[in-house]
Parts: sequence; structure tokens; C-alpha cells
Amino acid sequence: MKTQNQRAWLFVTPVLLLVAFNALIPMMTVVNYSVQETFGNNLFFWQGLDWFEQVLRSERFHNALGRQFLFTFLILIIEVPLGIAIALAMPKQGPWVPFCLVTMALPMLIPWNVVGAMWNIFTLPDIGLLGYFMNHTLGISYDMTQNPFAAWVTIIVMDVWHWTSLVVLLAYAGLVSIPNAYYQAAEIDGASNWAVFRFIQLPKMKTVLTIAILLRFMDSFNIYTEPFVLTGGGPGNSTTLLSIDLVKIALGQFDLGPAAAMSLIYFAITLLASWLFYTLMTKNDNKS
Amino acid sequence: MAQIKLSNLRHSYLSKPESDEDYALKKIDLTWEDGGAYALLGPSGCGKSTLLNIISGLLVPSDGKILFDDQDVTALPPAKRNIAQVFQFPVIYDTMTVYDNLAFPLRNRGRDEETVKERVTAIAEMLEVTDMLTTRASNLSPDNKQKISMGRGLVRQDVNVVMFDEPLTVIDPHLKWKLRSKLKELHQRVKATMIYVTHDQTEALTFADQVVVMQDGEIVQIGTPVELFERPAHTFVGHFIGSPGMNVLPCDVKDGGVFFAGERIGLEGPLEDVTNGAAEIGIRPEFVSVSGNGTGLAAQVRKVADIGRHKVVEAIANNSRIHAILEGDAPNAGDQVNLEFKQSQTRLYKDGWLASTPGEGVQ
Repeated sequence: MKTQNQRAWLFVTPVLLLVAFNALIPMMTVVNYSVQETFGNNLFFWQGLDWFEQVLRSERFHNALGRQFLFTFLILIIEVPLGIAIALAMPKQGPWVPFCLVTMALPMLIPWNVVGAMWNIFTLPDIGLLGYFMNHTLGISYDMTQNPFAAWVTIIVMDVWHWTSLVVLLAYAGLVSIPNAYYQAAEIDGASNWAVFRFIQLPKMKTVLTIAILLRFMDSFNIYTEPFVLTGGGPGNSTTLLSIDLVKIALGQFDLGPAAAMSLIYFAITLLASWLFYTLMTKNDNKS
Repeated sequence: MAQIKLSNLRHSYLSKPESDEDYALKKIDLTWEDGGAYALLGPSGCGKSTLLNIISGLLVPSDGKILFDDQDVTALPPAKRNIAQVFQFPVIYDTMTVYDNLAFPLRNRGRDEETVKERVTAIAEMLEVTDMLTTRASNLSPDNKQKISMGRGLVRQDVNVVMFDEPLTVIDPHLKWKLRSKLKELHQRVKATMIYVTHDQTEALTFADQVVVMQDGEIVQIGTPVELFERPAHTFVGHFIGSPGMNVLPCDVKDGGVFFAGERIGLEGPLEDVTNGAAEIGIRPEFVSVSGNGTGLAAQVRKVADIGRHKVVEAIANNSRIHAILEGDAPNAGDQVNLEFKQSQTRLYKDGWLASTPGEGVQ
């Protein structure tokens, strides 16, 4: 006889409560705002899906989303190959290993708003080290508060500086876990350096790279602090990424309904993209 | 195909070796004949893998030369030596199919697809993996992965030597036996020189025509399995081969005879310039007989292990442990018995090395 009781629920309850308070309930309040209109005084009017429609049709949202995808695409296409290249170039053993690892980890330890402030000062045209060097030594006009292109270059370089290390460390972990016999076998099989990379190193790094790309995708797609401190979304709206735009709507204009709808759409896009990517990357793992 | 000659080979992993202790390989002189099936046998850390990696070119020896058919290859990288090596853990290229895995060494050397197809099909047939050719290699079981590793070693027809570095370590016991006989069969079909490194005597003795026994970076004995069993050149070989290994008993050489526990022991033949003093008697448990009739060495049985086909008796005589392998009846633990050694199989070892020669027995 199997005894049937519901006691197992006791084990999951703490987790359910935790998830409820830190994710579900805050999220439901957002859902609540997204379908209502309020004029203050705690008065709410049912609005249905109007806000969603408004957000999805607004050109402002399209532009911010476009900038967001461009930003994420650019940093991924730079950071992932660069991270792999650095990991390949790092020593696999010897006294320099700890030095390299610590040096790599340093940028990641700096708080995000400090990174923004650092780069802000760094690029100031008249007193910043980089800004002064570009404008006065090289004679190249560079001012990210005036020129959208300069602003984009700066936020991209800043993100690459801040986060390439994450890809490096993950790729490095994948590389050092490859047994020496693989390299020896490849040498005996007469494989070229490219073949070693293509058929041994890259496949063995696949899992960690999947994680690295996922983390970099999510983080860069949700990025707020650094570009906000650095450019504040400017000049004009040229670096107004999704999250910056969202905060402007929610806290600047206090349009809670559209902001709530937008954050749900934002969340759905992040989730969908992550899920798609992960599914595609792991699709072949268990198939013969 | 080639004869492989190692001449005055020494290797140390240290940059400035000083004493003999610093050498992982101490002066190896050895010739591997073309087409032979060799086993390199020895305990872990004796330098087997070092020697193998030197032959394959993964390591450059500190001193000495490697000659393939009198051509000095000491400085050549592995790819230029035309050799194949199978490692302890299966090495497969995860993202490729079994077919592409087997074809990899050929394609890297620029063979045309027709030759590749012909060779891969032939090797797959031999290894009985034809039905897996289109499977992705990462999905195979460990023994099949190791088969593919072996296949990549055998797929090139003109290799000078195929080396196996303890290839059955990760294989389940019941499959080990199958793969082992497969290898033996493969050797007969492809006729390449094969060197099989192992610390397992069963693997070495079943695979090889000639077994090279190593200890502490030195070659102790080279011989057929029968020679190693019957006339170990060193007590180490006696211990290492056989289960249980050879009995080695401390003895005294005096008055032209050999004494153990005050009793004179008959040897296989005359002694070779053995000075008087301490030496050792070596006798295989297979050649020790046990009786209670009062003739022979007095001993007490300590334990008897029934291992199926025969029984292993462990007896103590004069504080030395002596094993005997008996068919049929055996005494019980605690019994007082008499041990007799078969004279033609009783050998003398001086400082570890064989010191008696076969011939007229001496009393």
C-alpha cells in the first residue's frame, strides 16, 4: 500500500514563498498596472490591452528596441571572439596564471556606476586622459556628449573593457579542462592548429561559451547603470537603450501604465531570446 | 613499416638532472623488429609512458637517439614520424561522425576521398563498427569510443608503429577480453609493429610475442611470455608476473651449495661465479609441492585460499612466507607440512639478478 499524503508540499513551501515575494508578487503588481490607468489618489480604471498596443505601435519604442539590439549584437560580436582569443593566449600553467586571472577579474569587480563615472571622466575632451589624447594629441575630434558616433564607440568600448573578462574566464575554464591526450592525439593525427581549434577546443568550450553568451546577452540587454551614468542616453536619444527609455517613461513622465506594459514586453523579449538561444545550442546534445 | 631502434636513450623531466635518480629513463638500448607484437610491462611510474611518448615524438629525450630503419628521427615531430598512438582515455572528435573521426588522419594528410572511403570502410569492418559510421561519435559508449580511437590509429596503412598506452583502462571487464582478442586479431591482419603499454600482466601476456619488462626507468627483461614466467631474469619480474608471484627466499651461499633455514636446497644447475654470502632463492608457487611425509622443508600453513581452479596455500618456514599452488586436496590452516621445490625450476638470485644456469642439478 502506498501512503498518500500531501506532506511533501512542506518541503517546497519555503521556496514557493521566496519566489512569490521576490518575483511573482512584484511582477503581478506590474501586470496590474499594465492593464489599468491611474490619475493618482489610488483611482484605477480598467484599460485592457491598450497600453500594450500603444507601446508596440510607438516609434519611440521601436527605436529604443533597435538601439538595444544593435548594442547587444555589437558587444557580443566583439566580446565573444576577443574573449576566446585572450583565453587561448593565456598561459595554461606556470607562475603567470594567477597574475593573468586576477588581472582579468579586476574590471568585473568594479561597481557599475563607478565604471560609468570612470569612463565619463576618462573621455572628457579637455581633462580626460583619453579625451585629451584624442583631441589634442592626435587631433581627432572626439566628444561623446556632442557626437552620437563617439557616444556609441564609448559605451561599446566600455562594455568590452568591463565584461570581456567574463568570457575570457569561462573560456579559459573550458580550455584547461581539456585533457592533454586530445592535443597529443591531434598532433599524431596530423591536425593543423585550425583543426585543433575547430574540432577540439571549440567543441569542448561549447557549454561554457553557451553560458557566457547567455549571461552577456541578458546583462547587456538589461544594461542600465553604465550608459546612464556615462551618457544619460544622449546626445539626444542616440544612446537611449530600452532600460533607460523605460525609466524615463516610468519615473520621468510617471506613465505607470505604458511603463508597466513596456517592461512586460521587455521581459518577454529577453526571456524568448534566451530560451531560443539555449534551445538551439543544446538541441543536438542528446540526438544521435 | 620499419625497424625501430632506441640507442643510449635517457630522459629526465628536470632541466638539470644530476644523479641517476633524476632520470625517468636510465639508458635504454632496444630494438623493435618490424611487424612484431610487443608489450611494455611495468608498474605505474616505471617510465613506460615516457618511453612511448619518446618513440611517438611527443617527448624529446635528454640523451640518445631514435632510429626508424637507420634514419635518425630524434628531432622529428610526431606528425612527421608516421606513427599512431592510442591513449588511455578514448580521444574522439565529439562534433564529427564516426566516419569523419576515422577519416581525420587520412584527410589531414591530403589523401583523396576515394582512398579515405576504402580505408575507413575496411577498418570499420575489422572493428565491427560499420553500423555506427553515420553516428555522432560523442554518443558512443566508452568501449566503442576506444574502438574508434584504435581505428584512427590503424587507418593509415603505412604507419611505422602503432602504440597503445593502457588502452583498456576505462573499459568494462567483460568487454576488455573482447577488445583484447580483437587487438591480437588486428595485429595478425594489418601486420604493423605494435607496442602495447600496460601494467596488467594478463593483457601483456595475451597480446604480445615479446614482453619488455620495465622497472624504475630500466629494462629488466625482454622475452616471450613463457620465458618471463619460467626464467625471470630478476626477482622483480618474478614478483610482477604470476599470481601469486614467485617466492623469493633469503638464503646463504657457502661450501658450493645454497642453504635456506639450515637445509641445503637443490638448484636447477651450476652457479655463475657466485661469491659466498647472502643471496635469494626463487621458486614459482606452481613448482612447490606440499606433503606431510617428513621429507623437505618443515613449514606451517597460515592460510589456504580457494580461487576456483586451484588452491593457493600460504605457509611460513623460517619466518619466510612461501606460496604453493595446488590442484585438488590442500592442507588446512595451522597444519605442519613439508614443502618440496621442483629442482629444475629452482633458481638463485644474487642482488636481485638471476645467478644460476640451467644444467646438471647441484645438491
